Amino acid sequence: MSVEADTETFRVAAVTHRYRRHTALDAVSLDLPNGQLVGFIGPDGVGKSTLLGLITGAKKLQSGSIEVLGGSIDDASHRRRVCPAIAFMPQGLGRNLYSELSVRENLEFFSRLFGQDEQERDIRISALLMATGLAPFEDRLMGKLSGGMKQKLGLCCALIHDPKLLVLDEPTTGVDPLSRRQFWALIDAIRQDNPCLSILVSTAYMEEAQSFDWIVAMDAGRVIFQGRPDTLRGKNDDLETAYRQLRATEQPRPIPDHSVVRKHYAEPVIVACGLTRRFGDFTAVDSVDFSINRGEIFGFLGSNGCGKSTTMKMLTGLLPASAGEALLFGNPVDARDCEMRREIGYMSQAFSLYGELTVYQNLELHARVFTIADRAARIEQLTERFGLKAHDKTLAAALPLGIKQRLSLAVAVIHRPRVLILDEPTSGVDPEARDAFWDLLIELSREEDVTIFVSTHFMAEAERCDRVSFMHAGRVLAEGTPGELIAAEDTDSLEEAFISILKAAESPAPVVAPKVDLHATTRKAAAGLSRVLAYARRESVEVLRDPVRLAFAFLGSALLMLVFCFGITLDIDELDFAVLDLSQGPESRAYSAEIAGSRYFRPTAHLTDAAEGRDRLIGGDVSLVVELPPDFGRKLRAGEATEVLATVDGAIPFKGETVEGYVAGLHQTFLDALARDDGAQQSEIARIEPRFRYNQNFESIAAMAPAMPAILLIMLPAVLTAVSVARERELGSVINFYVTPTTRLEFLIGKQIPYLVIAYANFVLLAWMTIVVFGVPLKGNPIPLAIGALLYVWATTSYGLLIATMTSSQVAATFATAIASVVPTIQFSGLLQPVSTLEGGAQMIGSLWPSSYFLHLNVGAFTKGLGWEALAPDLLALACFGPVLTAIAVLSLRAQEK
Amino acid sequence: MQRLSCIFWLGLKEMMSLRRDWVMMALLVWSFTLAPIMEATGVASSVNNASIAFADEDNSPLSRALATAFFPPEFQPVVQIVPGSGAVQMDAGRFLFVVAVPPGFEKDVRAGRAPEIQVMIDATAMEQAGIGANYIINILGDEIRRFAIGADLVDPPPVDVILRSAFNLNRDTVRFAGIVALIGQIMWLTTILTGAAMIREREHGTIEHLLAMPISPFDIAVAKIWANAAVVLVAAGLSLTFVMQGSLGISIAGSKALFLLGTALFLFTATALGVFLATLARSMAQFALLVMLIVLPMLMLSGGETPIEGQPDWLQVGTLILPSRHYMSASQAIIFKGAGIETVWPEFAWMALLGIALLTMSLGLFRRSVARDG
Repeated sequence: MSVEADTETFRVAAVTHRYRRHTALDAVSLDLPNGQLVGFIGPDGVGKSTLLGLITGAKKLQSGSIEVLGGSIDDASHRRRVCPAIAFMPQGLGRNLYSELSVRENLEFFSRLFGQDEQERDIRISALLMATGLAPFEDRLMGKLSGGMKQKLGLCCALIHDPKLLVLDEPTTGVDPLSRRQFWALIDAIRQDNPCLSILVSTAYMEEAQSFDWIVAMDAGRVIFQGRPDTLRGKNDDLETAYRQLRATEQPRPIPDHSVVRKHYAEPVIVACGLTRRFGDFTAVDSVDFSINRGEIFGFLGSNGCGKSTTMKMLTGLLPASAGEALLFGNPVDARDCEMRREIGYMSQAFSLYGELTVYQNLELHARVFTIADRAARIEQLTERFGLKAHDKTLAAALPLGIKQRLSLAVAVIHRPRVLILDEPTSGVDPEARDAFWDLLIELSREEDVTIFVSTHFMAEAERCDRVSFMHAGRVLAEGTPGELIAAEDTDSLEEAFISILKAAESPAPVVAPKVDLHATTRKAAAGLSRVLAYARRESVEVLRDPVRLAFAFLGSALLMLVFCFGITLDIDELDFAVLDLSQGPESRAYSAEIAGSRYFRPTAHLTDAAEGRDRLIGGDVSLVVELPPDFGRKLRAGEATEVLATVDGAIPFKGETVEGYVAGLHQTFLDALARDDGAQQSEIARIEPRFRYNQNFESIAAMAPAMPAILLIMLPAVLTAVSVARERELGSVINFYVTPTTRLEFLIGKQIPYLVIAYANFVLLAWMTIVVFGVPLKGNPIPLAIGALLYVWATTSYGLLIATMTSSQVAATFATAIASVVPTIQFSGLLQPVSTLEGGAQMIGSLWPSSYFLHLNVGAFTKGLGWEALAPDLLALACFGPVLTAIAVLSLRAQEK
Repeated sequence: MQRLSCIFWLGLKEMMSLRRDWVMMALLVWSFTLAPIMEATGVASSVNNASIAFADEDNSPLSRALATAFFPPEFQPVVQIVPGSGAVQMDAGRFLFVVAVPPGFEKDVRAGRAPEIQVMIDATAMEQAGIGANYIINILGDEIRRFAIGADLVDPPPVDVILRSAFNLNRDTVRFAGIVALIGQIMWLTTILTGAAMIREREHGTIEHLLAMPISPFDIAVAKIWANAAVVLVAAGLSLTFVMQGSLGISIAGSKALFLLGTALFLFTATALGVFLATLARSMAQFALLVMLIVLPMLMLSGGETPIEGQPDWLQVGTLILPSRHYMSASQAIIFKGAGIETVWPEFAWMALLGIALLTMSLGLFRRSVARDG
């Protein structure tokens, strides 16, 4: 160890961190040694993750100061300098990894973020894969790895750039004991090769902390102990007891009286025979057998993803079995049998009650569903017994985890079931709450003969069960009482027994430290560009593997283009009309023939009176009623003035006005014809000649088809881009941006590039549809159009980025972007109302909105046949939006978590 | 009986959940207050404030009289431009209409030589161009005729046509746009609320929890449907009274109760659509994308945005299967024209039929998807 390493320490001083009203860290001060393995222990929610996030710079410091690697982590320039030396593996298996990417692609992405060249990358990746035994799985998608493998991959990704500080947040939670043991062996091997490496790790398993160099014990946002593990343990048997003593609430652990069950009942309640479940070609549960007797507590032990939950779901009838049989009280489990469900109480893995209801409302809802007769009394009794009285009116979401679990159990037993199926009921709960929970289970089992089937990955809990079954990779490896299992494997503890059984089932990969044969790591000058490309490449792979987003990108725009172009046509003809001819002469017939003969109107049956005309207008059968007065013919012949009454259906204003225009035109034609027949003085005083420019036949498609891309090319690209950024935030992989040298601009542009390409491909598709499907020729110059479209999609994808920086969830991003892009485009860009007709504020917004220019450009190039000079102003305007919007997005993106 | 009470209580739970979901509540309030007001007052669909220019080469009393015949709100004040520059100015998008009066126009009129005025129209501005051209031709024609009659050149025409705009004497566009906006919001919101409620249940894992109880997938879906439909129905009724009638001053010709009955029928379809899309989508984000792709076309083709008669014939037949079209047409008949049940019952029958069909299908799919996901 060098001298420098000794002097460089981690210093945390008076750090307080709040999330709204909740205080996660309360004036924490620490001095941590360098080059050591430091463990943070304590149950969920005591502030471990917050502290680690602050130390790595992933979270923004609120108050106090933290010194890491010789400088304040709150100082942005220091953070940038040291972040290539820090590696962070956040909580949750593979939370910072990309499930749509393969093992190798994940590693390559991280390698690129640190600017390694191809040669270096290959050497490092193969060394890491070899060392962790992941080499045979390098092409498997990360999402399909087992828990233990995800954890190894996470470690590989963290180690790819030779960090000096490795921060691991609960790296082993939910992983089977053997994988856990191997993980620590790997860490040990790495430390031997790099004695300077400092490791900060948090864990909820107290027994792991035994081998750490230094321990920081936390409770409720405060540090309650720091020092060597031996000091903490003192005279106690293990660290857990010592930790409890620190919290000064030591209680004896309840151990069930095993003998009671055996004597009285031998009646099997739950039986599984060759139970199997396959998802596609993956077998989640492989012919599992067991039999559970009445009143027994049966423990199901295994790592995450080994098939425990699937087995339990088959027993409750939630999931049909692919093969084999599950029996409850001797009858096969049937998903449709509602009566059988009254016998079962089920508690699923995650908290699955309604967080938005209060404790009482949750209980009441379930009591109603089960139609419990003595509802009020039962709820009263349960709240009393489960210690929920004080929380009666609290929203379930606001309860601490331990109390949530008690509420879940209360709900599960509200209908007095004879069987309880509990799927990892205590994960994440602190030790005292876990004990209280087990007290209740034991009481139910011993006093009410409830049969309990419970899964867990805590060995300490398994020891309390009457019988235990070890499950691994879909198979049951061993079954028996804890004593029998320990005896059979000839070990000291249940954990050792499990490990020994696992080892026999599959020989573990050898543990070695990765040997990287590199003389000097040269950083390329253009590291920024390579990070942009790393993000762009990863995003492209992900979007290409997501059929929904891909379909939305291409089919979506084609579909909407078709709908809009066919739906928003404003050419109206062949409207039905009716005549009330009270004159019944040749003149009146000539008048109606004039209308009927036009292409705009289609005659229907003649009317007999005015009331009928009104009825038919109301019913929507006709759009126009023409009433010719009784003396129409006579007056016309006599040269007296007469009039025709035309009633138009004005309910739809646009349609009504169009019809009025038609009628006025036809009336004039009638008058002209009349004058010609009379041979009287010339009828025409002057001719008014309309010239429809750009679109001689005045077909709406020629205007509509080139206008639609303006709205489609803002809505779809902006939504897709916004979702991609919000998605990173929601899934947690955004942490890679916080803790790697990636700048805000690099991150955003990297995410933007794939969508820019997709949007441009969309533009080409829409232009093709305009020409081929809708038959609107491109009359103008294609080159300014092509350039303008690129500038436009640059602007619209940047707009998506901007909105994404202001929203936190994918749903919010989708709706906010959709509304914020469609509304201004429709109202202010000239889509429905030309920009020249907008007034004041609306015109201002229109001139500050990119769609206005692209609309003019696209319609101009297609229908108006414009060239360079006429389109150049649009290009200039469009060129401003992309850079400005990107700049605002960069400024409003947070480089650290709050 | 027991099942009904289950469905009732689950539905009440749905409402309590909704009340605490502030994002959805905000969306609900926005959709039924500000959104329709903005839509109704924002865009005038007929000719409004149109830009018009005159290239007057005559500069006679008659041509000057023509230029002063255009008034707001339909037209902006006429701008005199240099003759011959009309095309370039129109290319730049400065004017929608350019009227060119030839030299010696008044002289030719007096001499009975029937001179020609050209009206250049930007035909890419579809809504304004067609109706605006009619306006201009009528205004110019009237003005010239008045001049001709005054100068004793012609007789008044023997037949006059009186145009009456039934159901909407003042050609008011706010009423139309407001009601169409309200109907659009009903569609969006019902689909989003119901679908989001389904997906929320799945994402929070509570659906498993429900299915482990003596409740069938059918009960769950029905509870969500009635609860969300009831919320939207109440919100729509309030919006109709306080926003449409109150704030926008829209008059309702027919019976409000009949309109709400039609809305209730339509809600079956819209909620069923929400359930259907929720079974297709794997996540909330996918659902949001799907909603946009499905609901937007349903709205566009319903006859609210543009008249059904404008669609090609094959599409007019196709859109008959859209419940939104029947809802739109029945609502317009009731609200604008005061139609009664004897007029709109075929539309109601269509909606009921389509609603039942879609509901049956989506419930079937939902049951399957529950079995698949476990």
